[in-house]
Amino acid sequence: MERQGSAPPDDVPVVLVVDGAHGQAIYAANRAARVMGVTQGARVVDMRAICPTLRVEYADVAGDKFALDRLSLWARRWCPWTVTDGAGGLILDTTGCDHLFDGEGAMLIDMETRLSLLGLTSHLAIAPNWGAAWALARYGPVRAICGEAELAQQLAPLSVAALRLDADTMLLLRRLGLKTIGQLAEVPRLSLTRRFVRAALGANPLMRLDQAMGRLAEPVASVDARPPIRAQMRLPEPILDPTAYLPTLCEDVCMQLEGKGLGCRRLHLTVYRTDGEVRRLEVATAAASRDAPHLCRLFDDKLDRIDPGFGFDLITLEAGLVEQMDNVQTRLDGRSDEGVALPQLIDRLTARLGAGAVKRPVLQASHVPERVEHWVGAMGAATLTTDTPVLPPKDRPIRIFQTPEEVRVLYVVPEGPPAQFIWRRQTHRVARYAGPERIAPEWWCDRPNTRLRDYFKVEDQAGRRLWLYREGLHEDGRGGDPRWFVHGMFA
Amino acid sequence: MSEVFPSTATDAGAVGFVLAQLARKSGPVLWVQDRVSFKETGRPYLPDIGMQRPVVRVTTGRAADVLWAMEEGLRCKALAAVVGEVWGDPPVLDFTASKRLALRAEAAGVACWLIRRAASPDLSAARDRWRITSLPSTMHPDDPQAPGDPRWRAELFKSRTRKPGTWGVGYDRAANRLDFSAPFRDGAVAEGDGTPRQRAAR
Repeated sequence: MERQGSAPPDDVPVVLVVDGAHGQAIYAANRAARVMGVTQGARVVDMRAICPTLRVEYADVAGDKFALDRLSLWARRWCPWTVTDGAGGLILDTTGCDHLFDGEGAMLIDMETRLSLLGLTSHLAIAPNWGAAWALARYGPVRAICGEAELAQQLAPLSVAALRLDADTMLLLRRLGLKTIGQLAEVPRLSLTRRFVRAALGANPLMRLDQAMGRLAEPVASVDARPPIRAQMRLPEPILDPTAYLPTLCEDVCMQLEGKGLGCRRLHLTVYRTDGEVRRLEVATAAASRDAPHLCRLFDDKLDRIDPGFGFDLITLEAGLVEQMDNVQTRLDGRSDEGVALPQLIDRLTARLGAGAVKRPVLQASHVPERVEHWVGAMGAATLTTDTPVLPPKDRPIRIFQTPEEVRVLYVVPEGPPAQFIWRRQTHRVARYAGPERIAPEWWCDRPNTRLRDYFKVEDQAGRRLWLYREGLHEDGRGGDPRWFVHGMFA
Repeated sequence: MSEVFPSTATDAGAVGFVLAQLARKSGPVLWVQDRVSFKETGRPYLPDIGMQRPVVRVTTGRAADVLWAMEEGLRCKALAAVVGEVWGDPPVLDFTASKRLALRAEAAGVACWLIRRAASPDLSAARDRWRITSLPSTMHPDDPQAPGDPRWRAELFKSRTRKPGTWGVGYDRAANRLDFSAPFRDGAVAEGDGTPRQRAAR
């Protein structure tokens, strides 16, 4: 698959490479490179000799696999039964689906059109089984359609490479002079069986031939998207308030979750109004949960926000984001688990007050006081851990202001401690002080002209202990006279 | 449930007093502030206690939400303490509200502290009511110029279990311990040792 955004022009030979045991090996090549003689699996240095203008890019193998998995789900627009096939193929079981697209030929054209709209080149074929479809898509004619009857006839002229055999077996068959599937099929079964009796499937031409001819079953085992976990309630009469029905719905969802060993992080409540409108509500939890009374309580204050209109007659509750959750018993006496109680409290607080109101600190390694702790939403992390960088035990205040408050200061010497300052229209006389503690700006993240700070712990005449700092020095070339701020309060 | 009244809003002694009391029990702390307290007196700065225990901080706009969040916290037995900060005398913080908090705290066994700044000590069901004023700190062991360990004047003016009184409280930071020294011997306070006459006068 080509990289998004900057696809190279077709006439430039481009290869994608992966790191192999003997240097970079070619993972894929475009048409221009293939014409020049670049082969898959060869070393890049060898291919550079053949084609000096070769452009080399690294292959994103994992990304390709992820994209192919997504594509296989997307391909369910044509049939319900799809599966990925190797690194670059999709198998669709279209049995009984083609008439929806006006026949098999029209369906193939539709597929090619839609895939090309995604920027993908496709080679398509329809065949009665996996092996034949694989062979025809890669080695057969364009948009090959092959029925059960003409299977042998259509496969006969194809190369034995169309049988999904490994390289050693291909070499062996070439030495034996068996070049096409037709030639292989003419060899007596008994001698092929004898020759390849111990070979694995990938090295066994007879079994591969049987698969392609439909004599050996190869079912399409589709990976299925998880069915949604949803509870719904149909009401005989339109109602305006869903409160009475919510506990039942929550219990239903939790029962389904428990059956599958899951817990939910998001719950969506949807009401379908009689006038055709749909209203939704969402609640979130800090840790995976399937505790019905708890989930029900999260909706407590939110139900008022539903605009019921003339009433609604269908309510659904769906678990949006689910996570694996095992049954854990932490206490023998069956009392409530303390590990669950705190996330549940955070859920309730967040549900009512909003995610911005409930926070917890994350300590960071920094010298600047306001950067030491970073308040993040408590919802984000499921567990409240304390494995944070340990800071040196310095004298730090117990309260800090969100924004430092500027004060007017009298000082004896410019670089020295304050003698008196006016803060919030009150004059504080400094009785004792400690400091200065100089905290320089962090040059790797601060703006260039940030000034240093000299922190003083001062105690005024009434015994209040404050944390003052002077921003900058006199004549440090970063602005005018230094300014003074109150940054925090000591106990 | 205990209430603490700082003498002035910009006196962090009350916060230090509460934190020193919390040190006895380990576990997470729920810290609820209303927005005025947050703007006027800042937020708890917790490299001191945050490293030893997780803290969940809630900032709300209304006093009613502070009380609601504290009640929710007191429902959760995993917490070690719930600390609330309410500015002024909001009408929702009446006798009933404080009684709800007190009963819930006692039922759950979770310490509950309410710091009330710029407030008048009116009717309340708090089990202990303190008034905390900062005093000049002790001598610093190394530097005569510098402030040492904090000291406060703690006045217990209503209590259900203890005898009210006034103490000078020193906080020993190294040992994380509160030292209650002898009651003050000055005139106005010496009488106030919890006699009914004294309490009725307030």
